[in-house]
Amino acid sequence: MNATEDSTEQSGNSLTRELTQNPLKKIWVPSSTNGLPDRHISQRKVCMTNCPTLIVTVGLPARGKTYISKKLTRYLNWIDVPTKEFNVGQYRRECVKIYKSFEFFRPDNEEGLKIRKQCALAALNDVRQFLTDEGGQVAVFDATNTTRERRETILRFAEQNGFKVFFVESVCEDPDVIAENIVQVKLGSPDYTHCNTEEAVADFMKRIKCYENSYQPLDEELDRDLSFIKIIDVGRRYLVNRVQDHIQSRIVYYLMNIHITPRSIYLCRHGESDLNIKGRIGGDSGLSARGKEFAKSLGQFIQSQNIHDLKVWTSQMKRTIQTAEAVGVPYEQWKALNEIDAGVCEELTYEEIQQRYPLEFALRDQDKYRYRYPKGESYEDLVQRLEPVIMELERQENVLVICHQAVMRCLLAYFLDKTAEELPYLKCPLHTVLKLTPMAYGCKVESVCLNVDAVNTHRDRPSNIDVSRLPEEALLTVPDHH
Amino acid sequence: RFTSRPQFTNCPTMIVMVGLPARGKTYISKKLTRYLNWIGVPTQVFNLGQYRREVVQTYKNYEFFRPDNEEAMKIRRSCASNALKDIANYFTKEQGQVAVFDATNTTRERRGAIISFAKEKGYKVFFIESVCDDPEIIEANIMQVKLSSPDYENYDKEEALVDFLKRIDCYKMSYVPLDEEKDRHLSFIKIFNVGSRYLVNRVQDHIQSRIVYYLMNIHVTPRSIYLSRHGESELNLLGRIGGDTGLSSQGQKYAKALAEFIRGQSIKDLKVWTSHMKRTIQTAEALGVPYEQWKALNEIDAGVCEEMTYEEIQATHPEEFALRDQDKYRYRYPKGESYEDLVHRLEPVIMELERQENVLVICHQAVMRCLLAYFLDKSADDLPYLKCPLHTVLKLTPLAYGCKVESFYLNIQAVNTHRDRPTNVNVARKPEEALQTVPEHL
Repeated sequence: MNATEDSTEQSGNSLTRELTQNPLKKIWVPSSTNGLPDRHISQRKVCMTNCPTLIVTVGLPARGKTYISKKLTRYLNWIDVPTKEFNVGQYRRECVKIYKSFEFFRPDNEEGLKIRKQCALAALNDVRQFLTDEGGQVAVFDATNTTRERRETILRFAEQNGFKVFFVESVCEDPDVIAENIVQVKLGSPDYTHCNTEEAVADFMKRIKCYENSYQPLDEELDRDLSFIKIIDVGRRYLVNRVQDHIQSRIVYYLMNIHITPRSIYLCRHGESDLNIKGRIGGDSGLSARGKEFAKSLGQFIQSQNIHDLKVWTSQMKRTIQTAEAVGVPYEQWKALNEIDAGVCEELTYEEIQQRYPLEFALRDQDKYRYRYPKGESYEDLVQRLEPVIMELERQENVLVICHQAVMRCLLAYFLDKTAEELPYLKCPLHTVLKLTPMAYGCKVESVCLNVDAVNTHRDRPSNIDVSRLPEEALLTVPDHH
Repeated sequence: RFTSRPQFTNCPTMIVMVGLPARGKTYISKKLTRYLNWIGVPTQVFNLGQYRREVVQTYKNYEFFRPDNEEAMKIRRSCASNALKDIANYFTKEQGQVAVFDATNTTRERRGAIISFAKEKGYKVFFIESVCDDPEIIEANIMQVKLSSPDYENYDKEEALVDFLKRIDCYKMSYVPLDEEKDRHLSFIKIFNVGSRYLVNRVQDHIQSRIVYYLMNIHVTPRSIYLSRHGESELNLLGRIGGDTGLSSQGQKYAKALAEFIRGQSIKDLKVWTSHMKRTIQTAEALGVPYEQWKALNEIDAGVCEEMTYEEIQATHPEEFALRDQDKYRYRYPKGESYEDLVHRLEPVIMELERQENVLVICHQAVMRCLLAYFLDKSADDLPYLKCPLHTVLKLTPLAYGCKVESFYLNIQAVNTHRDRPTNVNVARKPEEALQTVPEHL
């Protein structure tokens, strides 16, 4: 009994389409009669939203709007939602080459107002291009947007273009927090390159004053039909109104989990394992002698850092747990931190993979991020699996994560805002600890090599990634091993 | 020394409901408890109304709740005190992690007493307040869950409604809602008008953050969730587990029958979800509507046992086979997964199901058991043995405090893939004893 027979029995039924498996991602897609895959179904893991979203920040200067915009953009891009921020201040700097003083922002400065309005419209125009023509899904419009009038303009613009709008307002009256903001990110702004610290602070405070009189915060009543989150006092309190869809729900959850308490995140791999030495991928082997030495050194290093309330996380694989044991503090095991599942290639050397699965090996080099091992995972799958780990890392303070090469690449890409193309080639050598400390709008990275020898497990992308390449070309970049 | 799951919290948490009657407190309490238990956080509801019903055997009328009824006040205070004692017991003797104290808790005085109690014992407190002024919603609540309460057994509908509204009035005068300013040191979420707005204050830890996220994703819009497995697959016929095969001819017939069934249901705006495995996608293809593929819906990974028959597993891994029968929920296949892992993997699916309205999920046996256990509040012990036969659609419709289940067998023959727990789970058992409950196959 085949599909054709069935369909002739029932009138009006379409033929059951054949399924083919996409060779790169191993996803089953229906193929049309010519055998080519059909793009009809949605292959995304989950539909985030059915139309582009415009996130609009609201708040006085030095309330963390740009910090939130950049961080949120980084997170959304990492979970594969194409996002871009549009900072109106930057448009203004391009227009008004030299910043003189706060007087530019005075509400009675007509020339200034004209320029600022033009800049906002120019930014919105770029937003439209990003969301409509460039495949963007979320645009973050980073400006003060403190008047109802300005927000109305944005809402009209969004409506005309079929964008959803979600406001993110930051309200803060704590003078210490504001002062710290100014010191961290405003003093280093291009606006103040020619001022000394006192002058810059004095000018910036006057700048904030220019906005204060006309500031109309989002209101529970007056703005009850808008979708927004009001963040009060750096996350002490939140007011959330009318979350419309999945992506807004995820954004709210993320914003409610981040904090700005100073802390450091330590990332490292397990100590060198027995399989590492043999040049074999995956598996669940124990530490080699050198790996054990690393574990001891790691323990000493951690002690010397005198870290307050350190949490230690490992995967559920033997080699990370053995490493943590030597550190001598309680640790939590996360299955989500397990190494990428290489499916049928588990425990093979690259030479063996080339021999048995030359096509797969080439496909992987063609698109290492999206490539899924047969019966295994892709980096793309890994990122999805690691999202709860990232969320919990955001909540936590000082954490040491002992994990694996591919996993560490994914986590690092999140903190350092690396693209999907760069991610699978980030260098994460054995026996090296990366200390990440949030700083201004980004992350400071300190690399500490603990001086215990280990094999190199990093395989660069070879020049020839064609399926028809010679074995030597495929194996050109394989690191040495026994 | 180590914990096998990430720490949700480091000390027990009391969730304290706040709100006038008929604001959905019990609905939220029960739903939240069901969710927390499903994700592995031992949780229990302590409903003050039930304590009161045990003491005051027969409910006369709203006068019991009058603020000047001293006799009643004494009883109600003593009930509250007993509930708190039971909560302490649940935490210390029964390894509970979260207790949901479901009562009106409408006065600052009552809440103060609870906070002192918690402080003394070292429990964290998180308040959930439900505020609603829409008379239609309140009346709908009363109709849905109050009229069938034991309190109103001997009332007719109109009398019950009148009495209950007077009951609400008794609380209104002394009701002091949580206040942004005065209560700024407390941890709480205020839910306005069934979720159109939320005020969240001082979330202290991971579990409170998860609770807030969950509460912000649930809704009360009527809808139905349809759960089904893929049509019978080629490996099903051979009695082999796992793998990634296509549908058998019976399976293809089922796919068509499913399409007809779905059309017959006339569902508004139906979303269809499948896994990444061929057999669920083939099933969805027959529906002729767009569908979304979720890797998280893939069948449980049987690791080294993938594509084996139970007979082969018994022959090659008899000890594993026995261990699985001893604790099917926590047992992890070598290089594979456990039901416990599955639940963890399915949590984002559940969260999205809560957000959505009408959805048809085409998945697999173990996956369907996990989802069903969530909706029907089944324990970890029951979950791996829930019956989810092929070619049967389950229609789940939220109703009152639970879920109505309608089962539709689409009359297309299929093999049985359900293996009951055998009597002998001892590692030393004979092969025949191990294979006693294996369903028939080719």
